[in-house]
Amino acid sequence: MSTQTLFIEGTYFVASVLFILSLKGLSHPDTARRGMFLAEFGMLIAIVGTLLHRDIVSYEWVIVGLLVGSTIGVWLGVWVPMTAMPQRTALSHAFGGLAAALVGVSEFLRHGEHLGTFKVTALGFEVLLGGITFTGSLVAFAKLQELVKGAPIVYPGQNVGNFLLFGSAFVIFIALVLSPGHTILFYAMCALALLFGVLLVLPIGAADMPVVIALLNSYAGLASAATGFALGNNVLIIAGTLDGGSGFILSILMCKAMNRSITNVLFGAFGSATATVEAGEEGVMREVSLDDVATQLAYARKVVFVPGYGMATAQAQNAVRELAAHLESRGVEVKYGIHPVAGRMPGHMNVLLAEANVPYSQLYELEQINPEMATTDVAVVIGANDVVNPEARDNPKSAIAGMPIIEVDKAKSVIVLKRGRGKGFSGLENPLFFKPVTGLLFGDAKTSLTRLAAAVGEL
Amino acid sequence: MNELLMAGLYVFVLAAFLGYQVISRVPPLLHTPLMSATNAISGISLIGSIVTAGAKYNTVSTVLGVIAVTAATINVVSGFILTDRMLKMFKREKGPEKK
Repeated sequence: MSTQTLFIEGTYFVASVLFILSLKGLSHPDTARRGMFLAEFGMLIAIVGTLLHRDIVSYEWVIVGLLVGSTIGVWLGVWVPMTAMPQRTALSHAFGGLAAALVGVSEFLRHGEHLGTFKVTALGFEVLLGGITFTGSLVAFAKLQELVKGAPIVYPGQNVGNFLLFGSAFVIFIALVLSPGHTILFYAMCALALLFGVLLVLPIGAADMPVVIALLNSYAGLASAATGFALGNNVLIIAGTLDGGSGFILSILMCKAMNRSITNVLFGAFGSATATVEAGEEGVMREVSLDDVATQLAYARKVVFVPGYGMATAQAQNAVRELAAHLESRGVEVKYGIHPVAGRMPGHMNVLLAEANVPYSQLYELEQINPEMATTDVAVVIGANDVVNPEARDNPKSAIAGMPIIEVDKAKSVIVLKRGRGKGFSGLENPLFFKPVTGLLFGDAKTSLTRLAAAVGEL
Repeated sequence: MNELLMAGLYVFVLAAFLGYQVISRVPPLLHTPLMSATNAISGISLIGSIVTAGAKYNTVSTVLGVIAVTAATINVVSGFILTDRMLKMFKREKGPEKK
């Protein structure tokens, strides 16, 4: 091994160790930032090491790519608001998938029929996963950014068609491994992967996005790991596997939080058929006035806020914090109950509330907050619906039966902030809204909360 | 070639186990920063793209490589900036009110 190769390999080795340490740092908010500095340093030395690679003969295009990428990266990193994190994450999965797929294509073009079975297999996985991630994530981005409708897009024979499509891509993959010389097969596989990515995400509704984003995260990581196999590069395998594993763990957690299987999320087209079926249960919604709510909150001992995606769309996180500050100054105990699938990506609500300066010691997970509900005077539901729907607990025939919920209906009083009388994203009726304990405060969540804060402040 | 495969598989399986142990200890509180951090880290595929872009194997390779370098760099840079922006916001106790 020459000194140069030794140095390059050394930087990769150090980078691998630093990446693992940085993820270990993420186990606690206090150590997380320091951990990320390690990862940044690891990345830097790996890039410096790579620039010394003997295959690199011209730097101008590399530098152009690095500069353009950094400019766009800094712009995205600084400019993206926290409410847009789900879209931005989907977009970055698309870039990750694209980069992996392109390196795969280029490697295939370079070596063609001289590739061994192992390398063709690795390249095949790389291009398949990269392609699916690229287009799938673009569709997820379009749905989250509301460029296309968030509702599932379904048509007859969809699942059969998708299975056939994926099946043929896989058959071509096998054929390619057996005879790597057939470039046409390779292109056909790329095209099918790109098409499959689009068709896979189209039928998935906006409310299921946490699972899909996590799953695409997993694919993007595995595509990077496959790149590592194809190039014989360990740091790529390690980083890709960590990313893939993290996405996989998150998608399992999200599925558990909805009591559904991954297959059901991917092929169930949730919320399209059930919407019309359950119109049976109707009741009277009790509308409450702003002043009533303000009085209730002001004289409560314990208040729990339960945010959902509606808080993000209304940009109401700062207004919540403002109201909480007024309550706390009156000696009210304030907590936040966060359901794992509240919002459009894992951890979405936590980030928004942290941005609004809510200390994380007040953010409680589902299992932690439920035992406290019985002693809660007022539970305030802000733009959440399915995650507080008691049907999931009480009605075994419900489409969301068995999904763990935040049991706000056990609190002494429930206030639901809602834009209108409509149903949630799953299209299910929510009996919570008709319970005697529940009062509804209609209107834009941000406006309502701001006015509530003012009203509490005057009491 | 088989040695390469075996070595790669060892690394893959060990990284998967280690990743599982480390990542299951990340609290749900930090799941969004986790996703953005792993995204940035898997942008390490940049090093494969850099070689493809700079090696002058052929024109197509260079073009694909430069696009890949750009895409991966976007992920690395924006991923790390955003992760840090998010992690900065998580405070244990009430900070001074920012107005």
